[in-house]
Amino acid sequence: MKRFLLFLPLLIAIVVGIVLFAGIGKDPTKLESALVGKPVPAFSLRDLHNPDTMLDQSLFQGQVSLLNVWGTWCPACKDEHDDLMWLAEEKGVNIIGLNYKDNREDALVWLDRLGDPYRKTIYDPRGTLGFDLGVYGAPETFVIDAGGVVRYRHVGVVNETVWEQTLLPVINDVRGNG
Amino acid sequence: MYPEFGQIALILALLLAVLLSVVPLVGSLAGRDNLMAFSRPLSSGMFVFVGIAFAVLTHAFLVDDFSVAYVANNSNSLLPWYYKFSAVWGGHEGSLLLWILMLAGWTLAVAIFSRRLPDVMTAQVLSVLGMVCVGFLLFIVITSNPFDRTLPNVPADGADLNPLLQDFGLIVHPPMLYMGYVGFAVAFAFAIAALINGRLDAAWARWSRPWTTVAWAFLSLGIALGSWWAYYELGWGGWWFWDPVENASLLPWLSGTALMHSLAVTEKRGVFKSWTVLLAIVTFSLSLLGAFLVRSGVLTSVHSFAADPERGTFLLGLLAVTVIASLALYAFRAPVVHVRSRYGSFSREVFLLLNNVLLVSATILVAVGTLYPLVLDYLELGMLSIGEPFFNLTFSPLAVAAGLLLGAGIFSRWKKTDGGWLGRKLLWPLAISTLVTAAVLVGYGGFTTWAFLGVFASVWVTVATFWDLWDKSSSRKGRLHGLKRQSRSYYGMVLGHLGLAITMVGATVVSNYGIERDVRMVPGDVASVGDYQVAFKSIGQRQGPNFTAQYGTFDVLLDGERVAVLHPEKRQYTVGMSVMTEADIDAGLSRDIFVAIGERITDEAWAIRLQYKPLVRWLWLGSLFMAAGGFLAIADRRYRIRERADQKAEASTNVPESGSPTSAGATS
Amino acid sequence: MVRIVCLVLALLLPAFAAADVADVYEFSDRAEEQRYQNLIAELRCPKCQNQNIADSNAPISKDMRDVVYRMMNDGASNEEIVESLVGRFGEFVRYKPEFDSRTFLLWATPAIAVFGGLLVVAGVVIRSRRSGPESPALSAEEKARVDKMLADQDRSS
Repeated sequence: MKRFLLFLPLLIAIVVGIVLFAGIGKDPTKLESALVGKPVPAFSLRDLHNPDTMLDQSLFQGQVSLLNVWGTWCPACKDEHDDLMWLAEEKGVNIIGLNYKDNREDALVWLDRLGDPYRKTIYDPRGTLGFDLGVYGAPETFVIDAGGVVRYRHVGVVNETVWEQTLLPVINDVRGNG
Repeated sequence: MYPEFGQIALILALLLAVLLSVVPLVGSLAGRDNLMAFSRPLSSGMFVFVGIAFAVLTHAFLVDDFSVAYVANNSNSLLPWYYKFSAVWGGHEGSLLLWILMLAGWTLAVAIFSRRLPDVMTAQVLSVLGMVCVGFLLFIVITSNPFDRTLPNVPADGADLNPLLQDFGLIVHPPMLYMGYVGFAVAFAFAIAALINGRLDAAWARWSRPWTTVAWAFLSLGIALGSWWAYYELGWGGWWFWDPVENASLLPWLSGTALMHSLAVTEKRGVFKSWTVLLAIVTFSLSLLGAFLVRSGVLTSVHSFAADPERGTFLLGLLAVTVIASLALYAFRAPVVHVRSRYGSFSREVFLLLNNVLLVSATILVAVGTLYPLVLDYLELGMLSIGEPFFNLTFSPLAVAAGLLLGAGIFSRWKKTDGGWLGRKLLWPLAISTLVTAAVLVGYGGFTTWAFLGVFASVWVTVATFWDLWDKSSSRKGRLHGLKRQSRSYYGMVLGHLGLAITMVGATVVSNYGIERDVRMVPGDVASVGDYQVAFKSIGQRQGPNFTAQYGTFDVLLDGERVAVLHPEKRQYTVGMSVMTEADIDAGLSRDIFVAIGERITDEAWAIRLQYKPLVRWLWLGSLFMAAGGFLAIADRRYRIRERADQKAEASTNVPESGSPTSAGATS
Repeated sequence: MVRIVCLVLALLLPAFAAADVADVYEFSDRAEEQRYQNLIAELRCPKCQNQNIADSNAPISKDMRDVVYRMMNDGASNEEIVESLVGRFGEFVRYKPEFDSRTFLLWATPAIAVFGGLLVVAGVVIRSRRSGPESPALSAEEKARVDKMLADQDRSS
């Protein structure tokens, strides 16, 4: 019995080691979205290109969409922009843009210069929709199903690898389930 | 000077470390004196080569050799020379080299100061230290070479040291901290050696004790320096965040404190040997765990180095081999036969056992709190954040309990203390402590439960410590004589315990009676915080060596009289463009006034953070006392033994000795 | 760090100077301000490397502080405020774990450790009592030798 007790620290150490090993390589700064499974929060914000038009959550009804959160102040957003153009033009993906905490003029110039991959762009200068979505830094991309329900959130840039390994499987899953 | 010399030096050091791990150990097991004799020269050689590597890297920093990738990533030609020097340990590779330098240094120290030890013990301890060195040298040579070159694309200038690190704190905090972390390797080596050769007795405890104490003293200093640095540097007046990396330094400290006290019992009474050995292994394992957590990216922390899965895996492997091998050795070889000894319910042994219970519980608490999110993530039970609110709530009762126990335990006697006598003895200290605590609370203006408990525990410890000193120093030849008669070891204990009380009261008072205000100010405004008024005089621009700053001027007034002028800044660094808040503090022993510039609200108006922090300096003052106590305590043994050795030498040259009573370590 | 509690001491502290400035966030009384400080100390910044929203400079922290302030002014309870933020950012932003089946072990750890330790100590003491008779007291002669040695030491030191 005594001898068994002496083995206890060793057992504990092994368990801790396994847990630590499992943690290596995971990025603790990437959070899961709290909105997975919930509908896109209600909002009423202006269209970036047509200030007189109001957009709301019905924008996401009817087809699967990607919601891409971006801003001209975000260098990584510039990095991923070409990939978004590729997704929109080559792959025919339906991307809605959320211009987050930005200046309308700057945003329009930016899209003009770099190209516009978005079917529609929501103008959110005060970040209210972003906040409701739990956005904590750009770029972020959400996968939203045809019923307007959030299914996944990717933190960081979208590139070919991310598309193939992360986003596409989710979209197929969503489509598969109708 | 070619940086490659540094790389070669490290490889040579590794070879020597391998020899050191094997040769003396084999010699000790086979009884071959000539093999054991290699331990000291090998230790010296290893230290010399690690020293050369460190010198080469330092040189590369000081001459701006940007062909070395590590220098290019962590330095810049505009950096003042003293920051270039401390930038050597500003990143992963260099700080690892510092760690190894310390490890080699401690190994050398053991080699030098172990004349009194039996050869077998020395050989085995040095071999175990050699093994630890092998592990870390392999790690640095294989995965984290500081001497990698950027050739052929040598950058014109470096990426600059992170502005947060361009500070005096970087010059002192890591070296002190590492001295402590690494110092526990010595206690570990002694424990492993004892398990190998089976000689686990009071003598072993006596040899281990000074090494443990001095490592503990350095770690106390290192942690205090970190806290002090974070306080004035990070701009928000906090001194402890329960951040995973901070917890990683606290864990070996808590466990090391338990070890120090447990060693005292094992040395004096020969009991709890198995437990003490386990503590020695656990303490160093916690040091290694800390090293892993900081460098692996497994937990989010403001302090972490850049995460690299390959390095993380290697380091975990190193940690696993060390910990599993030593705990397995412990499980197989630790004695199960207990020394038959009687001790009463209120004996000193029991008090120290209870001390260990509290300290180990605190260690378990901090470890569980830090690792729990990882466990939940592994079990896929979702995310969880555990921070200050949790730790403050759960740690404080343990700290208070430890203080209360300390005060009572000071009066306890070895083997047996009469419960009734102890109770009566504590009545006066209890009364005095209650009165003093009440006075303090009234002075600061308000009763809260935690303030009362924290202050009471601190005062209780102080009163008990001085009361015991008074008791012990009574002598027929007068008080002064009685005081001089106490050993340094005893005074070390007194300082250590007083240090704890000072830190506790500082933490309690600043947490309960500190005032913080976030106010909107334009130049000309006056805000009040506590009894003080802070007047915003002006704000302008200022150019520094490698930054531009918004430079504010604030007058601090008390009862209308100006007591200080403060200049907080918001700096933008030229390279890297990061923005940093530099608070300015009017420091005082009784309080700090802390002013920091927040965000700009309009062209004229700024958000200013004002804080009144009573007794905050006592936090770190207490640690100084604790460290001083540790250093004083180890001065005790050496002095005595050398003196006796000198006396013996003298006596033997004169007259043949007639047996003189030898005192093997008196009192506490 | 932000266990700094604003004193509710209108009685004992001197009155503020007449020309005092506005707080960045104004509250109706000290208790409310204290409630705000406690709340922001218990909420975690999602973007930062382990900071609460009180200490963090990140824009998202500022947004969260604004929302906390606004909701407090609207009369929301602490639970409602925290829930609304958790609903958006996940359990991650709660620094003080809830006491539920997931976290039961966590909260119980100190109690388990301490009580476990006390049991061990009790066991040790009881077992030591059962071990053998007390060591024999010093004989008169031995006692005399001890007294003499102590006296010698006193004289020589």
